[in-house]
Amino acid sequence: MMLSRTADSLYWIARYMERAENLARTLRVTDRLSLMPSSADADGNEWHSTVVVSGSEQGFYEKHEEATPENVISYLAFDPENPSSIRNCIETARRNARAVRTALTTEQWECLNSAWLALPGWNETRVRGSGLHRFLDWVKDCSLLFTGGTVATMLRRDSYYFTRLGTFIERSDNTARILDVKYHVLLPENAEVGGGIDYYQWASVLRAVSGYRSYNAVYREGLKPWLIAEFLIMREEMPRSLISCAAEIKDCLDRLGEEYGQRHECHRIAGQIHSRLRFGKIEDVFRQGLHEFLSEHIDQNNRLGLEISRSYLLG
Amino acid sequence: MRIQINQQTSYRYAGPANYSMQVLRMRPRDNAGQKILFWSLSVPHFANVTQGEDAFGNPLDTLYVSRLHSEISLTISAEVETTDTGGILRGVEEAFAPVFFLRETPLTAPDEAIKTLAASAITASDGSPLDLAHRLMDRVRDAIDYRIGETHAETTAAEALAHGFGVCQDHAHVFISAARRAGLPARYVSGYLWEPRDTEYEASHAWAEAYIEGLGWVGFDVANRICPTDAHVRVACGLDYLEAAPARGLRRGGGEETLEVRLRVDAGAIQQ
Amino acid sequence: MAEAIFDEMGLPGGEVRRAYRTLQAWLDETPHEILTLRREEAETFFRRIGITFAVYGEGGDPERIIPFDIIPRILEAAEWRQISDGLIQRVKALNAFIADVYGPQDILRAGIVPRDQVILNETYRYQMQGVAVPQNVYTHIAGIDMVRVGPDEFYVLEDNCRTPSGVSYMLENREITMRLFPELFSRYNVAPVDHYCDELMRTLTSVAPRNCPGEPTVVVLTPGIYNSAYYEHSFLADQMGAELVEGPDLYVMDDVVYMRTTQGPKRVDVIYRRVDDDFLDPLTFRPDSALGVAGLMNAYRAGNVNLTNAVGAGIADDKAIYTYVPEMVKFYLGETPILKNVPTWRCADPEDAAYVIEHIAELVVKEVHGSGGYGMLVGPKAAREEIALFRELVKTSPEKYIAQPTLALSTCPTFVDEGIAPRHVDLRPFILSGREIRVVPGGLTRVAMREGSLVVNSSQGGGTKDTWVLKD
Repeated sequence: MMLSRTADSLYWIARYMERAENLARTLRVTDRLSLMPSSADADGNEWHSTVVVSGSEQGFYEKHEEATPENVISYLAFDPENPSSIRNCIETARRNARAVRTALTTEQWECLNSAWLALPGWNETRVRGSGLHRFLDWVKDCSLLFTGGTVATMLRRDSYYFTRLGTFIERSDNTARILDVKYHVLLPENAEVGGGIDYYQWASVLRAVSGYRSYNAVYREGLKPWLIAEFLIMREEMPRSLISCAAEIKDCLDRLGEEYGQRHECHRIAGQIHSRLRFGKIEDVFRQGLHEFLSEHIDQNNRLGLEISRSYLLG
Repeated sequence: MRIQINQQTSYRYAGPANYSMQVLRMRPRDNAGQKILFWSLSVPHFANVTQGEDAFGNPLDTLYVSRLHSEISLTISAEVETTDTGGILRGVEEAFAPVFFLRETPLTAPDEAIKTLAASAITASDGSPLDLAHRLMDRVRDAIDYRIGETHAETTAAEALAHGFGVCQDHAHVFISAARRAGLPARYVSGYLWEPRDTEYEASHAWAEAYIEGLGWVGFDVANRICPTDAHVRVACGLDYLEAAPARGLRRGGGEETLEVRLRVDAGAIQQ
Repeated sequence: MAEAIFDEMGLPGGEVRRAYRTLQAWLDETPHEILTLRREEAETFFRRIGITFAVYGEGGDPERIIPFDIIPRILEAAEWRQISDGLIQRVKALNAFIADVYGPQDILRAGIVPRDQVILNETYRYQMQGVAVPQNVYTHIAGIDMVRVGPDEFYVLEDNCRTPSGVSYMLENREITMRLFPELFSRYNVAPVDHYCDELMRTLTSVAPRNCPGEPTVVVLTPGIYNSAYYEHSFLADQMGAELVEGPDLYVMDDVVYMRTTQGPKRVDVIYRRVDDDFLDPLTFRPDSALGVAGLMNAYRAGNVNLTNAVGAGIADDKAIYTYVPEMVKFYLGETPILKNVPTWRCADPEDAAYVIEHIAELVVKEVHGSGGYGMLVGPKAAREEIALFRELVKTSPEKYIAQPTLALSTCPTFVDEGIAPRHVDLRPFILSGREIRVVPGGLTRVAMREGSLVVNSSQGGGTKDTWVLKD
């Protein structure tokens, strides 16, 4: 048993840290892709896609006319008006952490507190040129330290499961979004037309979820768009795939259900999402339409998040 | 006089609320000028009601709802036998010494205009507290037109006087503020007033009481320029409106609220 | 009085007092570089675990660290015994006074404390009149601010009966001293303070409300992370194993308080609240409060929950009421007060006001309802304009001010930029009242870090020290 607000804060701390990390990965890949020759012609503007993946299209274009690298980095990394900027993610996570300090382990707290203390040292000027990668690496490290600290130090009871739920709901959403923004380059019919540019695009999708090398370890036949889709949707060995996230979510909810002796609507939805991925086939996904499939997944995942809130976090 | 009261209050919410509470100060007590023959409160079946008493001795009925709901309706029915006491309150056990009612509250804090009003009433009065209180009543009533819908529950005494219009609550607040300033302990009273008409009432009533050395607590119905008669039913008192308000509450969710009050006050002769 | 400053260690050149001899030897043998290093370590420790004092809306770093002085302040067993006895006596009388004010009002009837001073006082919560509280205890956690002016001369400067803070510093300061200076600590026989939170929990459970259905559930109610003492709230909750709740976590149903949990509503019996009276229940106090719980007073009156400290306890620490505390000790306990009050002029009294206006440059003038060292004039240290301003203030609203002589606060060796130098200190011990009264040996020593300054408040640049009470 714990305060609903505490559970809510833990859940959101994990979501915000995961979000910061995902943003950092996406920005990194975008920056890399923009260095490639004639990157703009295949897919329009990479920086624009990044804004779309982050889900902040509306806010961004209210403020900026064009998705230039400077504008996008400033908005996604530092803008105080963007609730999901990396800076706001870390600040919000740390503010939540302060409010529930006693529910966190020392390691978790010190990780979030140190990240917050170091944050003012980073700004638009310092991330010019090679500074950008140092900054993004630092963000990734903070998140990994937090996630690692959570797994390594937290008691396996409700507080742990709420924290993990936050991580995986956010991660599932992020992977689905990355796939969705790039779905057209992953369609099988594109394989024929794919030249060097597509290859970069495919690789970038994998890199955005740290899956480039893993892909090569699983598939030994080079980059194939439908295999990339399969890898990120249905391969359980890929820790950021939709099915891995769904399995983790289901597991956390099952354990909460056992600990509390009560199951809710969120259990049903989590089970549904998981079985669809577990027993589905990638061919069927393509037949249904990759974009449709992903949109539905994003919606279902959102609904699951809302149901988790309703059952546990609002009190 | 025998007064029958029937009051239906409905709160409707735009969406579902999952929790509501309402502290009601609607249950009158006996005093020398009124005897409660009958009083009942009916609430929706999903609501619970607890009973208590505040520091002033006002009975509290607190209503709680902790499931989804989008409407709450309350009905008060009462029958009270009243006699005219010339506005003097007797037969009530007082929790506080009169001097206590010189305390200021945010709603009744005097500004320069109220201080001036108080000073002019003192100058004009014959020096007796009773005369002072009557002069205050006249001056406040002269300064504030009776106008419905222009002021609200949070309007302070100073604001009401500056506006120059208001309802019985505003009259009472300005009177209380000026009386305290003039050294007269004063307090806010909520209740009902029977009027000789057959239509529904806009709202329940409010007036003030001032402590007059030698007489005790005396009512001043400023809005009507009279001391309470057997047409008045006294329900609750406090330092200001907030402490004597018929209903104060809070809810979680529900969005916008629509409030509807239907009040009837009827009178009949005392049956032998 | 400035010539007679008492130094707790003994002034340089003179004899070092017994309790400080080992410390003096240790200071002599320890190079300043080591002390500087240790001080930096202490700061890193405080910053890393987040022991901060939040000052928002003033610009600068919103989460400040209260400077920690590494040199402990030492009290001998006999000195402490006298203080401790005096504190217990004083807090008993304060509790009796509050219970009386909200009950029969005997002391007002007897004319010892003027009736109007109480019932027209802003801190008098008339909503508590006639409310019965468990064990008749109102100030469960009291912090009494004391100063020392001589070897055996302690004065009470101020009583804090509402929500005194600072106890987390008492505990963390001990923690850090033991970490940084184990060799020095082990040379002394210091009475422990670590059990404070156990004692606090025992005190809180001993005042469970009359309708408590079983083992009481205790929670700590905080205004939230923007409160200056938030760290302390979370620290105490953690140490007691109690939930740290905010107003919106609680709600009242059928006059019973519940907290919202992941498993549904859970009944709450004792609330150690660190939210001011004004904000506790928007239906009884300030209607605009978002920090409180609507209907909390209903539950309190019904005996379904207990609040610590009790609503209205502030009537006993009002600066105008302070002057009557020695008489309370006599009235309620029939005893002679062990601890002295600082002589005080009440400006509400025209004779006193006249004296204060004439001698204002020698006096400390305080706002009756002020706290935290704001709204205060230290005559001998003040600029001419400031003195003129306060003279006007006292003339305009005398009832809002009291004045006291400038006390020669004792000094204690302190490690500052110039090296080790004497700085003025005070002492805030904490007294727990439940079924029994307990005092943990020690307290929070606050130190004015600036040379000559008498203002020790953390909001005004004061620091803290570990306070050692020696065992016999």
